[in-house]
Amino acid sequence: MIPTIIAISIVSFVIIQLPPGDYLTSLVSGMAAQGETVDRASLKALEERYGLGQPLYIQYWLWVKGIITKGDFGDSFEWNLPVNKLIWDRLGLTFLLSLSTLIFIWIVSFPIGIYSAIRKYSVGDYIATFIGFIGLAIPNFLMALVLMYIGFKYFGHSVGGLFSPEYIDAPWSLAKVGDLMNHLWIPMVVLGTAGTAGLIRIMRANLLDELYRPYVVTARAKGMAEWRLLLKYPVRVALNPFISTVGWVLPTLVSGATITAIVLSLPTTGPLLFKALLSQDMYLAGSFIMMLSILTVIGTLISDILLAWLDPRIRLK
Amino acid sequence: MSDDAKRFSGLSVKRPSPGAPPATPEPSLEPESRVQVASQWQLMWWKFRKHKLALVSLIIVILVYLIGLFAEFLAPQLPGSYSARHTYAPPQPLRFVERTDNGWRPALFVNGYKVEVDPVALRRTFVVDPESKIPVRFFVKGETYKMWNLFETDRHLIGPVKSGEPMFLLGADRLGRDVLSRTIYGTRISMSIGLVGVALSLILGIILGGISGYYGGAIDNLIQRIIEFLRSIPTIPLWMGLAAAIPLTWPPLRVYFMITVILSLIGWTDLARVVRGRFFSLKTEDFVTAARLDGASEIGIILRHMVPSFMSHIIASITLAIPAMILSETALSFLGIGLRPPVVSWGVLLQEAQNIRSVATAPWLFWPGAAVVITVLALNFLGDGLRDAADPYE
Amino acid sequence: MTLNQTLISVRGLKTHFFTDEGVVKAVDGVDFDIPRGKTLCVVGESGSGKSVTARSIMQLIDRPGKIVAGEVLYYREEGKPIDIVQLGNTGKDIRSIRGNDISLIFQEPMTALSPIHTIGNQVTEAILLHQAITKEEATERAIQMLARVGIPKPKERMTSYPFELSGGMRQRVCIAMALVCEPVLLIADEPTTALDVTTQANILDLIFDLQQEMGMSVMFITHDLGVVAEIADEVVVMYLGQVVEQSDVDTIFHNPKHPYTQALLKSIPKLDLEERHRLEQIRGMVPHPFNRPSGCSFHTRCEQIMRGTCERITPQYLELEPGHSVRCLLYQDEAKEVNA
Repeated sequence: MIPTIIAISIVSFVIIQLPPGDYLTSLVSGMAAQGETVDRASLKALEERYGLGQPLYIQYWLWVKGIITKGDFGDSFEWNLPVNKLIWDRLGLTFLLSLSTLIFIWIVSFPIGIYSAIRKYSVGDYIATFIGFIGLAIPNFLMALVLMYIGFKYFGHSVGGLFSPEYIDAPWSLAKVGDLMNHLWIPMVVLGTAGTAGLIRIMRANLLDELYRPYVVTARAKGMAEWRLLLKYPVRVALNPFISTVGWVLPTLVSGATITAIVLSLPTTGPLLFKALLSQDMYLAGSFIMMLSILTVIGTLISDILLAWLDPRIRLK
Repeated sequence: MSDDAKRFSGLSVKRPSPGAPPATPEPSLEPESRVQVASQWQLMWWKFRKHKLALVSLIIVILVYLIGLFAEFLAPQLPGSYSARHTYAPPQPLRFVERTDNGWRPALFVNGYKVEVDPVALRRTFVVDPESKIPVRFFVKGETYKMWNLFETDRHLIGPVKSGEPMFLLGADRLGRDVLSRTIYGTRISMSIGLVGVALSLILGIILGGISGYYGGAIDNLIQRIIEFLRSIPTIPLWMGLAAAIPLTWPPLRVYFMITVILSLIGWTDLARVVRGRFFSLKTEDFVTAARLDGASEIGIILRHMVPSFMSHIIASITLAIPAMILSETALSFLGIGLRPPVVSWGVLLQEAQNIRSVATAPWLFWPGAAVVITVLALNFLGDGLRDAADPYE
Repeated sequence: MTLNQTLISVRGLKTHFFTDEGVVKAVDGVDFDIPRGKTLCVVGESGSGKSVTARSIMQLIDRPGKIVAGEVLYYREEGKPIDIVQLGNTGKDIRSIRGNDISLIFQEPMTALSPIHTIGNQVTEAILLHQAITKEEATERAIQMLARVGIPKPKERMTSYPFELSGGMRQRVCIAMALVCEPVLLIADEPTTALDVTTQANILDLIFDLQQEMGMSVMFITHDLGVVAEIADEVVVMYLGQVVEQSDVDTIFHNPKHPYTQALLKSIPKLDLEERHRLEQIRGMVPHPFNRPSGCSFHTRCEQIMRGTCERITPQYLELEPGHSVRCLLYQDEAKEVNA
């Protein structure tokens, strides 16, 4: 956990340092482009703050120290604002989107996976498998584009965004939440299709593994009714590996959310990260990449804890 | 081989199959012993053939690679040639029969265009004009190109008889470029980036996974942590961060190479896992111990005894890794931070579809997307079939 | 044997598996009786259809398997016998028999218990499914039962998970679970095979003791003739999905008729053998289930084969003397005389 976060911060710092030319040069040229000049004193202050001109590891240390002690991620020269003023809202919405998609994926793939395993090789199983494969093969952004096209062509309005125009700057209220829910389902479907396909296959395979285990026959030999038995034993056992898929579903969702958000112009991290990268606003971009990764790792950790709570074999060993 | 296989299936399946000849009279081995003497690849092929969907997918994948290989010849036009007069021209269906006064007769042609002015938007749009005909022929002379950069020729598989007449079977884009030709050229780049990227991942995966699985211990632990780390973080933001650092001034070939390197830097983990798992299970096998007792060198053991026995698994994993690479490249290029024009890949082509208004007027810009979906689907089915076939315990 | 001494009577049972490669006739026309309150041992090599027969009695055959013919008559203390085959495999009727009248324990105590439910949960469930009592009463009963099968500190064990117990302890839990409703028949499918030798003996003793206490019948499936000699009253010998011989245990050991039974007995290692004496074995291997030999299915391995006869004629299963039946062409005439 801690080593992972340290590794993430190093990778993010490397990304910040990757573009040629240092931060100060871009800042000065950026401000010059807006017709402003920077006086020597503030240049000096910036140089000290970021440790520019000093070895990279010192710069890295100063950056990390700033984040931990003061919550200071550096400045975005594009926005002329501290990075931490820009990222939290968007990170919040990104994770709201990812988590609701995760729940959506679970709710959809769980029953379908069970059905596919129990009625193996039935027509329904084949249909689920086939739709699943198609879901895996369509890139997120393409599906977003197609949905937008359908919305535009047949319903005459664009389907992008997470809020209707009147709510964008409005304070949070019940109506705004309702409006959010109204918009959320499109990115949820876009993001969730691939994951749903994957999880159906996982649930199916897990359950098929469990369905013919002796303990199932034991339960049947006790005289239990079939559905009760299925839910209490094999489905319950197959649930654990299903939950542990968060470990890879969450990174994929956050990953996919980035590109989907760019296509659907959602007010999440994607578009802002993208803009930051294009204009090489590196402290902003690097901070986004770092925080997305760290929050993903934390999400995975939470799922591991949940799993330990559900599975006595992990909990008690 | 196929003869053998036929005999095998005739023996193992007791149920009389209609149409099949009655059991071959020649004295043949018992089914079990035939299975026992069959090579690993034969067994795999026998199992693979049962998987019809995978078999069809194999054919599709081969076709797609052939399209990529012969792109110059198959494409009616060059990827860069444009016709300002045919902006967003809709697809012209290829017709095989024409109607004359004496009834129908075979002919190969497409209909020409006429311009209509939209009375509301006052915009010029092209529509296919059923009255005019543009004759089309196979193996026509068209624009000159250099096949595989080796020799010059001007033969194309199909094209208008009179060079220069419009023929857009899948429509034209913003600059009046032929979507079909560009998709065909894109096949070459997108499919090859999958191969090159997987080759790089494979090298990384085999080296690191092999070290990890063969030596175990602390180094295994370290490599496992790295793999876990790479898998626990969202890849697209990371790719974007790395790809955005590629200078705009670089030549296309260098960008192409950098993108594959970036993709495989993160994509090697799956292959490494497979290799490591196989190494772990194989190194305690008796035949490996026997080779070691015979005094074979470590490298010799790995190359001569261990690698051949997990080749089939590796091939299955590679097949499943290629579509992931293709999707990643497509995503990056779509965003404009992967491959960049004038290089033509499916992702670059889909960039044209980014603007919802242009897609609304020209939905045929989605065609490269269909190419992506079909290819990825076929590769996934193929990989699945191979994986099932490679697994001896199913 | 008169009718009311019989608990279960299996007649003409056929259970086939319809796989992609063809039909496997795992059980192909089996007849035998399980006597009330006694122990029946079913003996045979792997693949002879012992386990499938046992599961067919409880209607526990999964797809692609199916009982295609025959009947399993269950004689209750009073009333008419029930044909279990007619009950179907999911309905209420069969479920009220499973676990209540007939119970099953398995070879693999490691996997026969759910890994993520507590022992208590799994044992009390068996009670609550069949008896209208409260959870507390069921828990009390479960603890008593665990004590009865010799589990130390049964109260504490109720909250344990299977992976916290040894193999022998798990098998005891399985036995407790199977017997908690006091069934009339316990089917034990090689319950000691996966255990080490001393544990094996303990488990055998336990089953035997509980049988004495509860007066139930036991159908004990094994390939270990030593175990048979120790516990059986009646013995059924199976080969390739058919019963080749049934008799009381003394007759089987001292006057076996079927060449297969004789060969099995010869292959038992004996302590008094001379040194350097090779252990006898039955020649050849069990044929592949798709390649069932014609005529008598044992003819490919039989020492007493009658060339030209055994390959062609399928032997009938006939009573040689009261309570001793055999399926072999060597005795066909003799048996017909007896029956006549």
